[in-house]
Amino acid sequence: MKINIPTPLRAYTGGEQTVIVPGATVGEALEHLVGTYPDLRQNLYTPEGKLRSFVNLYLNDDDIRYLPQKEATAVAADDELTIIPSIAGGC
Amino acid sequence: MLHIKFTDYETLRSHGEETYPHECCGVLLGTASPDGNQVHTTVRAGNTRTDRAHDRYNIAPEELIRIQRQARKLGLDIVGFYHSHPDCPAQWSKTDFDEAHWIGCSYLITRVDHGRATITNSFLLTGSDEEDKKFIDQPIEIAVSSIEDEQEKGLA
Repeated sequence: MKINIPTPLRAYTGGEQTVIVPGATVGEALEHLVGTYPDLRQNLYTPEGKLRSFVNLYLNDDDIRYLPQKEATAVAADDELTIIPSIAGGC
Repeated sequence: MLHIKFTDYETLRSHGEETYPHECCGVLLGTASPDGNQVHTTVRAGNTRTDRAHDRYNIAPEELIRIQRQARKLGLDIVGFYHSHPDCPAQWSKTDFDEAHWIGCSYLITRVDHGRATITNSFLLTGSDEEDKKFIDQPIEIAVSSIEDEQEKGLA
């Protein structure tokens, strides 16, 4: 499947905007991604291995947090996973 | 350095005036280079923090993905974000820092006093991860188009 890499994380994928990875589920695809680009792990996951709260993952147009099987959701080769950090703030 | 055209600079500042007393927010599309971030266009975004829009902003990830797709079609990247501080300094706050995760991107903040945009500052988020990130002051270079440039674009 294809994974879209946001601007701040491309420093860890050799500048690649998109990466093609194998995997039968979202979790497997992500594991392959951080296996290929190990420096991504600390930016995506906490030291305890949980996905960082500000990292949003969208399978095509769906937030995986709201998919019944979440990271165990099955994926096909033509699916797209988008990593998109949150943007917020205020005075 | 953040490079931006005068028209884009004024567009994002006037957005803050329009949404006053609420915060506005938007995205800077352009290219990154060793010389800094070059803004090619700005995209307005909705502030989803309707519960306290006077001092908070949030861009829905779905909207961010749509803007990112739009950028790719134009051959551009997300190089920064902007928002306003109604009646507050044009300086990043603790909330801005805690919620900043786009390392390498520019964060523009415009102070809007009583509905009028005053100071605009840019801060570059640097570092390698959440543990060592920091904001540094980023000079802004504003390019004023010449009449010849406008004529070339068919705008004048």
